[in-house]
Amino acid sequence: MTSVLPGRASRAAGISQWLRPAEWQLALPMLAAFVAFFATPLLLLAAVSVFDDTQITQAGFAMWRKFLGDPFYWKVTFDTLKLGLMTVAATVLIGYPLALVYLSAGPRLQRLLLFIIVMPLLLSVVVRTFAWIVILGHEGVINYTLLSLGLVPAPLRLLHTEFGLVLSLTQIEMPLMLLPLISVMHRIDPNLRDAAAALGASKWRTLFTVILPLSLPGLVAGCLLVFASSTTAFISQQIIGGNRLVYLPLLIWQQSLVVYNWPLASVAALTLLVSVTAVIVVISALGRRGSRHLHVA
Amino acid sequence: MLRKRQSAADWSYDVAIGVTAAIALAILIGPVLVVLATSLTEDRSLRFPPTGLSFQWYRELFDASRSYPIHRAATNSLTVAAWATAAAVLLGTMAALALARSRARWARSLDMVFMSPMILPGLAFGLAALMYFTFLGFRPSLQLIMIGHALVIVPFVLRTSSASLSQLDSALLESSASLGASWFYTLRRVTLPIIAPGIVAGAFLAFMASIDNVPISLFLSGPRSDMLPIRMWGMMESTLDVRVAAVSGVLIGSVLLLMLLMERLVGLTRRIRG
Repeated sequence: MTSVLPGRASRAAGISQWLRPAEWQLALPMLAAFVAFFATPLLLLAAVSVFDDTQITQAGFAMWRKFLGDPFYWKVTFDTLKLGLMTVAATVLIGYPLALVYLSAGPRLQRLLLFIIVMPLLLSVVVRTFAWIVILGHEGVINYTLLSLGLVPAPLRLLHTEFGLVLSLTQIEMPLMLLPLISVMHRIDPNLRDAAAALGASKWRTLFTVILPLSLPGLVAGCLLVFASSTTAFISQQIIGGNRLVYLPLLIWQQSLVVYNWPLASVAALTLLVSVTAVIVVISALGRRGSRHLHVA
Repeated sequence: MLRKRQSAADWSYDVAIGVTAAIALAILIGPVLVVLATSLTEDRSLRFPPTGLSFQWYRELFDASRSYPIHRAATNSLTVAAWATAAAVLLGTMAALALARSRARWARSLDMVFMSPMILPGLAFGLAALMYFTFLGFRPSLQLIMIGHALVIVPFVLRTSSASLSQLDSALLESSASLGASWFYTLRRVTLPIIAPGIVAGAFLAFMASIDNVPISLFLSGPRSDMLPIRMWGMMESTLDVRVAAVSGVLIGSVLLLMLLMERLVGLTRRIRG
């Protein structure tokens, strides 16, 4: 094959062929670090979960039996997934229209909107959580507004409620929904929208038959990121949800750093890992099925 | 008739989308403004609206003796973020060079593996890292936190430098090679200068992610390796310490400043959008 190429090109081809092994070798340090410090600890997590005692001497499935046999732990797992799904639903409902506005905005407004969306993402989660204490508190922004408008007779309890937590997580996770959405949307050929309008489709119809299907990959990516992030958002869950709303992260923290029951903490951590991964697999499968019916691209 | 109905539908679209988008914007910006307002209050408690304007919380925050634990936690966080980012840039850029331009199945799966810390619950990894290092006989330290952070922030560097690499015209590399440049020379004089903005943007995101990291710091920080987010959590958890508002104010200011700088230097938001 190379013999038919002229001299210089064949030398280049020879060099690039010689380079190919060198290029994949560049991934080796990262791979080594990953195996040593990511994969091995996670395997260890699985190993620790099959010990019966907190001293980690007696192997057995006692902790798994305890976890799976107790309705409380089932409820905690279920609540954690429910919290993630509610946050996903809220960020889609409120975030998607903003992405649509971004799409139809001029370049200057687009830059400003992008800046506003990225800014909270770079701001510490703890700061964003703190903001919501001030907003949801007994003497906070929402209660002040409602009271001074005379809409409620007494301050509402918003902190330490699931509603307050979902509201806060909606803001905290919104950039993770918007960024993949915007990055997919702005690659949609504007001619498609114009064509739909020229053919007499209303804006609603264009949204549901053109833009929504084409933005599906971004929507799915956003859902995955928001779900993964909100289910593991320990500080937001603990501070805004309080200690009465128990989610898997709180359970993992209590069992590992307060009670020092590492096997049970490992069981809870694996449950979080497996259940979150399962939901993610389902969401991406739904997304793939949705885009398979697409004949536009 | 048809035309009229259509425009009514379009009008309802504009209103519904416009109003929801306005709510979304308010939800995104509102909390930031609330924090800034709170940090300038005279009150000893968090009441809204703030009663008077004062810089007392900032004064207290910058008081070297009274706020020593906060200063130490901030220094620790900055040190860890700097080293973790350096490690992530080195490992991530090398991995991107190996993977970005390959369509092979192994390259795609390896890329997915390296990106997995973005999706996998950080808390599970934090606990796993704590047990792993404890079994190896280490005590919580900044070095261990640095290792943990480096692995979970690599995805940012990998993403942005891969994006830059995939836009790199391979004709440039081939002509460099055909003119007799060695592989390393081509890397140093052609590839790296072209993808540098992508690497810088990724490094910045990685740095901020390390400063912000909770799941790993939560498990690996100890009395001598306190990290800023964990310290702030402690300040909010029991009796609320209003200095949190001042710390938040400082963080908001720094993020805004750095974002403007990065926007100028490497077109940050454009790179994040992809």
